[in-house]
Amino acid sequence: MTAFPPIISATPPGGVPARNIHPGSGRRKTRDQQKGRQVDPLSLDEIRALLGDRSRQPDLLIEHLHLLQDHYGCLHARHLAALAKEMKLALVEVFEVASFYAHFDIVMDGEPAPPKLTIRVCDSLSCALAGAEQLHEALTAGVDERDVRVVRAPCMGGCNNAPVVAIGHAPHENATVESVLDAVAHGHVDPDIPDYLGFDEYIRGGGYKMLAECLNGARDVDAVLKGLEDSSIRGLGGAGFPTGLKWRYVRAEPGPRIMAINGDEGEPGTFKDRFHLERDPHRFLEGMLIGAWTVEATDVYIYLRDEYPQCREILLREIPKVEAAGFARHTRIHLRRGAGAYICGEESAMLESIEGKRGLPRHKPPFPSVVGLFGRPTLINNIETVFWVREILEKGGAWFASHGLNGRKGLRTFSVSGRVKEPGVKLAPAGITLRELIDQYCGGMADGHTLKGYLPGGPSGGILPASMADIPLDFGTLEPHGSFIGSAAVVVLSDKDNMRDVALNLLKFFEDESCGQCTPCRVGTEKAVRLISEPEWDEELLTALATVMGDASICGLGQAAMNPIKLVMKHFRDDFVSRQSMTQGATGSQG
Amino acid sequence: MSNGISFTLDGTEVTARNGETIWQVATRLGTEIPHLCHRPEPGYRPDGNCRACMVEIEGERVLAASCIRKPKPGMTVRTASERAKASRKLVFELLLADQPERESAHDPNSTFWNWADKVEIAGSRFPAVDRPTKTDDMSHPAMAVQLDACIHCNLCVRACREVQVNDVIGMAARGHLEKIVFDFDDPMGQSTCVACGECVQACPTGALMPATLVDEKGVYANAPDREVDSVCPYCGVGCQLTYKIRDNKIVAVDGKDGPSNQNRLCVKGRFGFDYAHHGDRLTVPLIRKEGVSKHDVDIDPMNPFTHFREATWDEALAVAAGGLRKIRDERGGNALAGFGSAKGSNEEAYLFQKLVRTGFGTNNVDHCTRLCHASSVAALIEGVGSGAVSAPFMAAEDAEVIVIIGANPTENHPVAATFFKNAAERGAKLIVMDPRGLAMARHATHMLQFTPGRDVSMLNAILHTIIAEGLYDRQYVQANTEDFEALAETVKDYPPEEMEKVCGIPAATLRTVARLFARSKASIIFWGMGVSQHIHGTDNSRCLIALSLVTGQIGRPGTGLHPLRGQNNVQGASDAGLIPMFYPDYKSVEDPEVQSFYENYWGTKLDGKRGLTVVEIMDAIHDGRINGLYIEGENPAMSDPDVTHAREALAMLDHLVVQDIFLTETAKYADVVLPASAWPEKDGTVINTNRQVQMGRAAVPLPGEARQDLWIIQDMARGLGLNWTYTHVSEVFTEMVGAMPSLANISWERVEREGSVTYPVDGPDQPGHDIVFGNGFPTKTGRGRFVPARPINPAETPDLDYPLVLTTGRQLEHWHTGSMTRRSSVLDAVEPEAVAYVSPHDLTRAGMRTGDYMLVSSRRGTIRLKARIDDRMPVGLVFIPFAYAEAAANVLTNPQLDPFGKIPEFKYCAIRIEKAQMAEAAE
Repeated sequence: MTAFPPIISATPPGGVPARNIHPGSGRRKTRDQQKGRQVDPLSLDEIRALLGDRSRQPDLLIEHLHLLQDHYGCLHARHLAALAKEMKLALVEVFEVASFYAHFDIVMDGEPAPPKLTIRVCDSLSCALAGAEQLHEALTAGVDERDVRVVRAPCMGGCNNAPVVAIGHAPHENATVESVLDAVAHGHVDPDIPDYLGFDEYIRGGGYKMLAECLNGARDVDAVLKGLEDSSIRGLGGAGFPTGLKWRYVRAEPGPRIMAINGDEGEPGTFKDRFHLERDPHRFLEGMLIGAWTVEATDVYIYLRDEYPQCREILLREIPKVEAAGFARHTRIHLRRGAGAYICGEESAMLESIEGKRGLPRHKPPFPSVVGLFGRPTLINNIETVFWVREILEKGGAWFASHGLNGRKGLRTFSVSGRVKEPGVKLAPAGITLRELIDQYCGGMADGHTLKGYLPGGPSGGILPASMADIPLDFGTLEPHGSFIGSAAVVVLSDKDNMRDVALNLLKFFEDESCGQCTPCRVGTEKAVRLISEPEWDEELLTALATVMGDASICGLGQAAMNPIKLVMKHFRDDFVSRQSMTQGATGSQG
Repeated sequence: MSNGISFTLDGTEVTARNGETIWQVATRLGTEIPHLCHRPEPGYRPDGNCRACMVEIEGERVLAASCIRKPKPGMTVRTASERAKASRKLVFELLLADQPERESAHDPNSTFWNWADKVEIAGSRFPAVDRPTKTDDMSHPAMAVQLDACIHCNLCVRACREVQVNDVIGMAARGHLEKIVFDFDDPMGQSTCVACGECVQACPTGALMPATLVDEKGVYANAPDREVDSVCPYCGVGCQLTYKIRDNKIVAVDGKDGPSNQNRLCVKGRFGFDYAHHGDRLTVPLIRKEGVSKHDVDIDPMNPFTHFREATWDEALAVAAGGLRKIRDERGGNALAGFGSAKGSNEEAYLFQKLVRTGFGTNNVDHCTRLCHASSVAALIEGVGSGAVSAPFMAAEDAEVIVIIGANPTENHPVAATFFKNAAERGAKLIVMDPRGLAMARHATHMLQFTPGRDVSMLNAILHTIIAEGLYDRQYVQANTEDFEALAETVKDYPPEEMEKVCGIPAATLRTVARLFARSKASIIFWGMGVSQHIHGTDNSRCLIALSLVTGQIGRPGTGLHPLRGQNNVQGASDAGLIPMFYPDYKSVEDPEVQSFYENYWGTKLDGKRGLTVVEIMDAIHDGRINGLYIEGENPAMSDPDVTHAREALAMLDHLVVQDIFLTETAKYADVVLPASAWPEKDGTVINTNRQVQMGRAAVPLPGEARQDLWIIQDMARGLGLNWTYTHVSEVFTEMVGAMPSLANISWERVEREGSVTYPVDGPDQPGHDIVFGNGFPTKTGRGRFVPARPINPAETPDLDYPLVLTTGRQLEHWHTGSMTRRSSVLDAVEPEAVAYVSPHDLTRAGMRTGDYMLVSSRRGTIRLKARIDDRMPVGLVFIPFAYAEAAANVLTNPQLDPFGKIPEFKYCAIRIEKAQMAEAAE
C-alpha cells in the first residue's frame, strides 16, 4: 500500500515550474498503484491452491476463512485481499466478517502471526466457579508465550467437567495446569472422537426405518405432523415454539423451502446437543431428514458451533454414509461451521452466518418460516428437537406427552452444572423442580455447599433464589418470576458464591457476545458492566437500563441480558449491599 | 390490499399505503418520531438499529422500531406512550454518554444533536467509556473521520455499500468493540475509497464530515451562510446539487434529489468545486503583446502578463470581434470557424451557433461532441431517427439484462454507475464488454474482455447467434423495422466460433450472452466512447442498434439504447445546433426548406453548405482555408487527436479569440482572451444524457472583471454587426425552444419551477416521456433501420516498431482536459500527476517498475509520464488519461476519422513504451 501522495516541493529539480506546463498544483506525487490494497500474485496463487475446485459462492466465505485459519494458523491480510478477489467480494466484506468471529485471527501486514498453539480457557460461569480465573493465570505464566497463547473464551459446553479449556481444537475437560501442560507437551491438540453409535449399529437398532417409511410413501406427512403435535414437543433450543405447528407453518409457505439446524449450542451451561451428537448422531440425522422430507426442503444446513470439532468430525464421517444409503435423496445436506460467536445461536443471526455474513439478528417480522435462509421459507430446529422425532413417531406422540411432572408434559434434557455432586446431562420429566432435579438426578448438593440460587436457563434466564427451588421447570412456568427455562441449562449456586460476582460474570459475557447491532444492547451491556463494577450500584439507573434493553433490543440477547441484574437486585440484596459496605470499608478483594 | 391497511395510530384510525412503515405513516400524518439510523431518502432502506424510533404496539411483548415495522390491519400503535418515550429518551442518553462535547464537536447541528434537543436530553447519567475504536483519521484530503462521534448507525455503510455500491465502508468486529472501517481498517486516504462522499452526506453525527467544514482540530468551521440549488458542472449524468456558500465562496456541496441522481454525487461533483475560486481565474481581458510569438506558450496561468497585456473590455471586444470581422469581410465567412462548448448552457450554445451562422456566415461550427459521440449520433439518426437516448439510465432498474460496452461508468459516469450496480445487486444480469478489465466487472455476471478494436466482430457474432438460433423477435422485426434481410445476410458470415479467434471471446460465451440478451424480458444497452471513438465507431453503434431492434428490446421499460453522454451539456449543445451539418434539433443545413425556415426565423441569409468538423477545421487551418477562430470554453490544444498538429494550427491562425475561465493550453495561442463565467456563476439550462432539461443557477459572483459568457457572445455578435438585444437568459431559451419542436411545452419558467423536465413532453403540465420509440420511430418510414456492418481493421495496427496499443480516456477525478479538475484541490490531491496504466506483463517486459518514468511514443510524438501497474489491463494495451497537459495523451493519438461521424480514433493507436533515462527522469 502506498500512502496518500506526499506533498513535494512546488518546483521540481531543474527549476522549471510545472505550473507553466500543467494546471495542477504540482505539490504531490502520484500513487504508483490503483487505489487501496492490491492483491499480490503469490497470495492469489496460494488462495487458489487452497480453495482448489471449491465453489466461490459468497455464502462460503466463513468456510473459506476456516480453511485459511486452519492452514496458516491465522488470516494474513494479504490472503484476505486475495480471497476477496477470488470470491468477487469487496475487501471490506471479507474483513468485517473475519473480524466478527472470535476464532479468526487477522494478522495485518508486518504484524507477527500468533503463536502456533492457542489455549482457550473457558471463563463462563460454571468454569469460573471451578477456578477458571486461577487456571487462566497459571497457564499464562506456565507457557512460553512465543509458542503458546492463552486466551479467555466463552462456554465450550463442558460445564459438567469444569474447568474446560480448548487446546488448539481439542476440548480438554477437568483441566488443571498440569493436565493442560502435559497435553500440550504431548501434542494433544486434536479432538478425541467419542465412541458413538455408528451407522451400521444404528440401522441394526431399527434406525432410518421411520425415514424410509416416509420416503417410500408408507407414512404420510399428516401422520408425522400429528405425531409431533400429539407429543406437544416444543423447540428445545430455548424458544419453546410447538414443533409440529412450526413444521406445518413452513410446509404451507410457497417453495422452494429450506431447513436449517441450529447446532450453535452457545448458552453458557448448555451441553445437551453435544451429548446427543457424541452418542447417537444418526438419531439426530434421521429426525432432521424426516423434517426436510415433511417440509420438502431442497437443502438442509447444519450450523454447528466451532467449539465442537469432535461432533463435526462425527458428522463429516457419518453424513456421507447416510447419503450413500440413499436416505438423503430428497434433499441436500450442507454442514456449516460456526466461528466463535454466541449470537449465532439466535436463529436469524445463524441464517446470516450461514449466508457468509456477520451474525446480526434480523428484524422480525418477517419470521424465518416466511423469509429465511437466502430469502426462502426456512424450517429452523434445534438439534435435540429433531433428535426426538424418531422416537416420538415410533412410540406415538402420546408417549412423549405422557412424561411430565407437576402438570407439565414431555421430557426435557437438563444440562446441570455448578455446585451439585453429579453434574451432567439429565433426562427428566418436564415440570420437575430444581430441588427434585438436584436430589433425584444429581446426587444432591456438592459437599459443603448449601443451595443459594440457580440459573434455570443459562445467563439469559437470570438467577433465582433457593426459595424458588420448588417451581416446576418448564416453558412458561418461570416467566412470572422474571426468568425462563430456555435451553434448560441449570447452573446451581451455593452459599459460597457471591451473586454480585455471578452477575458481573454473566454481564461481561453478554458484553463480549453482543453483536453490536442495536444501541440498547451494544451500549447497554457495556454500561451495565461498568455500573455493576462500581462499589455502589445505581439501582435506579440499572432499572431504567434494564427496561430499555428489555423493551428496545432487537433480539433476545439484549432483551434478556439484564435478567441477572434485575433478579440479583430483587432476590440477593445482601450480596451486593454487603459487598458495598465491605468495599466501602476497603477490605475485600473482588475474587 | 390495494386500499391500504387500516390501523390505529395514537387513538386515531389511519390507513397505511401499501408498503408503508409505521414511521412513514406517522410522518405523513404529521407525527414526529425521532430517528437516527433511518434516513428517509431514496436508496436507503430502514435498518432499525438505533432504536430511537421505538413505538408501542398493543399486544406485543416488546416495543417495535417504527422505521422498519409495517402495520398490520387492526393494529394499535402508540407513538407517545410513556413507555415508548422513556425508551427513546434512554437510547439518546446511552449514545450521548460517549459523544464528544457539543461545543467542540465536529457538527453541533448534526441530526443527532438536533434530535437530542427535541427529546430533551442534554447530558447522560451513564459513564463515558474510552473505547479503542474512537479514532481520528485525517488521511483523506476530502473527508474528516472522527469516530468518537460515531453512533454505529450504519448509515455510512449503507451509503457506501447499498446506495453507491462502492463497497469500501464496513462495520468490523462486534459488540461494543465494533468499528467503522475502510477496507481492512485502512486509513481512508489509503483505501479503495473513491470519495463519492455519500457517507458524509448520510452521517447523522459529524463523525464523517467534508474536510472543508472542520478546522485542523476537527471542530466545526466554515458554516455556510446560504445555499443555492443547481446542477453539477461535470459529466452528462446531470446530478442536481446544492452549493453551500459562505462569504460568496462555495464551501461544500450536497447532492440533491434530482431525477438522475437521487441525492448522489461523485468525487468531482461533491468535492471538485473550488476551481471556480482558483487563483488562476482570468479576471481581466487579455490581448497578446505585440511581437510575442504564438509558438511561445511557456506561460504561467497565474501570471499571463509575460505574454499578454491587460485590456479594457471595450478594447478587447473591439479587437476580438474586429479581427474576425476583417477576415470575414476580406476572405468570406468560410475563412472563419467557431468552437462552442458542451460545458456551458443551452442558451450559450444556441447563441454561439447563431453567431457563427449569422455573424460569420458559415456553418463551420462544432464542439467536442465531435470527439465523443458523433459516430453514435450518426448511427442513431440513420437507424432510429433520433440521436438522443431512447431511455434514461434509470431504466436499468427495470431491466433484466444490462449490457455496458465500451464504457467505464464507475469513472466517467460515476453516479449512473451506482444505479447499474444497484440493478446488479437486485439481480439483473450485468454484461460488461470492454478490452480493459473494469471495476464494474466485479458486479458483472459476464465480463467480456475482448481484443481492442474488434467490437464489430464480437457484436456480429452475437447477432449471428440471435438470428441463427431464431431468438430474434419476428413480430417486432416485421412490424417495426426494415432491411432485416440485409442484416441477416451480413451477420451470417460471422459465426461465434470464427469470431472467437478475432475478438478473443469464447464462442460459448458469445452464444450465452446472445441468448441472455434476446430472451430476457427487458434488455438495455449502454455505451460510451469505447464504442464511438474508432474509425468504425458508427459501425459499432450500428451493431448495437441492430441488437436492440432485432430482439425488440427497445421502446419498453427496461429496454433501449443509451449512449452515455460525456459532458454536462453535450446533449443540449448538440440539440442547440452546435454542429456543422445541423441547425438546432438536428435539422440539416443542406435542406432548403429548413434553411428558409431559419433565414426567416433569424432574419438573415444563411450558408446552405454543411460546415467543417473539429478535426477538419484544424486541417483547413493548415491548408490556409481558415484563418480566424472563435473558441468558447473548448480546449482543442488538449482534446484534439494528434494534438501537435492541432497546436500548430492554432499558432498559424491570423486571429484567435478564446473565451474561457482559465488560460487553457488553447488560450495560450490566442490573440485575445476574454475572461468568462464558471458554471456556478451563471444561470442557464443544460440537458443531461437522460434528455432532462435542468436549471443551473448562479451561486457565486464573477471574479474581477469576468463576464457572463452569454453577454460576451452577444457583445461579440454586435461587434460583428448583429443587433442582438437579449436582456435575460430566458429570452434566449424562449427563442431556442421556438425553433426546436422537440423542446415543445418546456418553458423557462417550467424548468425554473420543476428543476428538471424530460423531453419530449406532450403538454405544459404533463411529465416528459422517459422512454421513447414505444410506437415506431421518428424516421421517414416510421421504422427502425438495420444497417449491417462488416469488421475493418483499426487505422493503425501494432507492428515491430510500435508493438502496443494505446487507448485513452478519463479518470474518475479528472474531467476532460483537466482545466477545471486539476485546479480543484481535492481532485488534484488524489490524482496529481500524469500516469499511464500498464499491465504487469508489459511493465516487466519493458524493464520497468511501477512508478518509473517512461516514454510513450507513437508515430506522432512522444510523451513522458509515470507508469502505474494495473492488473486489470490486458497484455499489450496501455491506457493514458488525456487530462494531463504535461504528458498530453493526444500527442500520440491517431487523427484518422470515422467516415460517417468524423470522430477520430482516440481508442486505438500503435505505440511503444520504454523506460525514461535518468537524465530525462530528473528533469
